[in-house]
Amino acid sequence: MADMTTVLAGVELPNPVMTASGCAANGQELHRFFPVSELGAFVTKTVMKDPRSGRATPRMAETASGMLNSIGLQGPGIDVFCEKDLPWLAEQGARVLVSVAGNTAEEFGEVVQRLVASPAWSCVVGVEANISCPNVANRGLVFACDPVSSERVVQIVRTRVPDGVPVFAKLTPDVTDIVAIADAALRAGADGLTMINTLLGIVIDTDLLRPQLAGTTGGLSGPAVRPVAVRAIWQVVSAMRAGTVPTAPVIGVGGVRTGKDALELVAAGACAVQVGTATFNDPHAPRRVLTELEAEVTRHGVTRFADLVGIAHERMVTL
Amino acid sequence: MSAGVVQVAGEVIANRRVGAYHHLTLVAPGVAELAHPGQFVALAVGGPTSANLLRRCFSIHKVKPSGTYGGTVDVVVAAHGPGTQWLTGLSAHDAVDVVGPLGRPFPLPAEPVACVLVGGGYGSAPLFWLAEALRERGCHVEMVLGAASEDRLFGVVEARRSADGVTVTTDDGSAGRRGWVSDVLGDVVDRTSAGVVYACGPMGMLRSVTDVARAHGAVAQVAVEESMACGVGVCMTCVMPVTGNDGVTRMVRSCVEGPVFRGDRVRWDAIEGGITRVPDDALGAPRPGGH
Ligand SMILES: Cc1cc2nc3c(=O)[nH]c(=O)nc-3n(C[C@H](O)[C@H](O)[C@H](O)COP(=O)(O)OP(=O)(O)OC[C@H]3O[C@@H](n4cnc5c(N)ncnc54)[C@H](O)[C@@H]3O)c2cc1C
Ligand SMILES: Cc1cc2nc3c(=O)[nH]c(=O)nc-3n(C[C@H](O)[C@H](O)[C@H](O)COP(=O)(O)O)c2cc1C
Ligand code: FES
Repeated sequence: MADMTTVLAGVELPNPVMTASGCAANGQELHRFFPVSELGAFVTKTVMKDPRSGRATPRMAETASGMLNSIGLQGPGIDVFCEKDLPWLAEQGARVLVSVAGNTAEEFGEVVQRLVASPAWSCVVGVEANISCPNVANRGLVFACDPVSSERVVQIVRTRVPDGVPVFAKLTPDVTDIVAIADAALRAGADGLTMINTLLGIVIDTDLLRPQLAGTTGGLSGPAVRPVAVRAIWQVVSAMRAGTVPTAPVIGVGGVRTGKDALELVAAGACAVQVGTATFNDPHAPRRVLTELEAEVTRHGVTRFADLVGIAHERMVTL
Repeated sequence: MSAGVVQVAGEVIANRRVGAYHHLTLVAPGVAELAHPGQFVALAVGGPTSANLLRRCFSIHKVKPSGTYGGTVDVVVAAHGPGTQWLTGLSAHDAVDVVGPLGRPFPLPAEPVACVLVGGGYGSAPLFWLAEALRERGCHVEMVLGAASEDRLFGVVEARRSADGVTVTTDDGSAGRRGWVSDVLGDVVDRTSAGVVYACGPMGMLRSVTDVARAHGAVAQVAVEESMACGVGVCMTCVMPVTGNDGVTRMVRSCVEGPVFRGDRVRWDAIEGGITRVPDDALGAPRPGGH
């Protein structure tokens, strides 16, 4: 049996496989298929300060090996989350990575403050700041598209989260230079990065000849985006290895459907992997990917999962 | 939340053409024992490496807990896009991954009241075993089946077996009365003094069924069909504006809180032209200047 443990900024997890935010709700639905405590961590749906209805429907369109979604961060708000969802996850023995967001940088801080005060806080193994959402105070520009906004959010979140609990900044690939944003987030105090969020897209309904989503644009996810995730992880980890960006753990996400897919992200430098859209195809997907990834570790003749993290950088053929 | 759902590697044992539809029987052990009328199954399409990742949802037409093949589930499929075309092209022994049963079933009345069951097109599929369950409780059951044309009616013969009375309508008059189910529904409700109208079919039909039921003093229970990506409650794509007991409208997931809703609780005013808006008074609705 391979040693599947992974360490994320001082926090040890029994294995590196997680759900992806917004693709597993807050656990109860998937728990009907497998115990959520078997995952390395459970990543919750991004929670904001107030309840949110989300956007009009249709909110989704299927695409080749993927989908577009424009859910609009629907959720119950942080108070209900702390009252109902987090205690339920704690009861199951899940290790929880809580995804948070705000309409403004200050609102991220308020959400985190209420989260930290929750009686169930002890099940939280990390906070994922979803900075790939619009900044209302900056004409709706996505925080993670601007290094200064990214820094502000990360600083505020980091000061409100107690020491010893890592903060991850979740980045969008829809930027010219993801390394610059990664650098800004890490220098502002992020303990690690999650890459990638969805890519903006549009699908046209060819019968109605209008955008298929009521909200026109949506985020592209699924196996179709996996090479983009691998590329983003690769670029940032390369910069870390070159010493131009502070070294920190990377959680990989984007298009993982099988253990082999997960291994691609790991070999590019991710020390944990989230499974998102594939869960819609197979509700057992996160649990199955863990089993398959274990088999991959064994197949490659190493005893520790950690030995494969970033290995492709060493095996790269330099011309 | 009930734990009563399974994911099983199913197998096709029959695929027969019925008018414009295909009637599939799948071996799916474990689903039948848990299922109730109004619930649905979510089928994966295209095999394990399919580029069509999202599940397709179908009302359960009938179930058999055990038999020669182990438990079976029947669905009625209209070929439409790539997923339903793949399903209707399957042959005996082909594999289909099945998740189910999903969603909330039709609530059954505590008293033996008269009921009218309304099906539009393949929407009649889940109504026959509902009719049987209602008649077992001593309810008088009538069915109203409607479709664009005769080939798009499903189960007229079966309806005559399952119900105490059947009325058929078609838009083009190729079978039964020319017109819509809503044209005849009021009379059937009045004649039978029905207390409940159950309906499954297109959104526009469900809305008029709700209006007619209300006007004739009956409660409508409607099974909606929203676009679903997962069917199991994790993606939030399938939401509809529905008013709760507390009078508050929320965008609720039709795959877990539905697909059956009380018709008078659905905010039909927000649904038009293939788009469902978030009503301004819904919980957490977007506010001017931001969300
Ligand atoms: C609760 C429920 C019960 C249903 N029962 C039946 C039934 O008994 N018989 C039947 O023929 N059809 C039924 N449908 C509709 C059926 O799910 C869709 O026609 C089918 O998913 C379309 O797949 P496609 O590949 O043909 O189309 P595509 O357009 O390629 O589908 C793409 C995606 O959109 C979703 N989608 C598209 N149209 C619909 C729709 N009308 N409803 C829900 N999701 C949709 C699909 O699930 C898929 O994820 C039901 C839908 C729901 C929600
Ligand atoms: C329906 C849906 C909802 C999502 N909601 C969120 C969210 O609330 N917060 C977030 O950080 N990411 C969200 N994501 C993005 C995923 O977490 C993930 O980053 C992305 O989908 C890529 O991974 P995948 O290809 O495995 O799905 C969502 C994705 C989907 C498909
Ligand atoms: S279809 Fe995914 S939540 Fe309802």
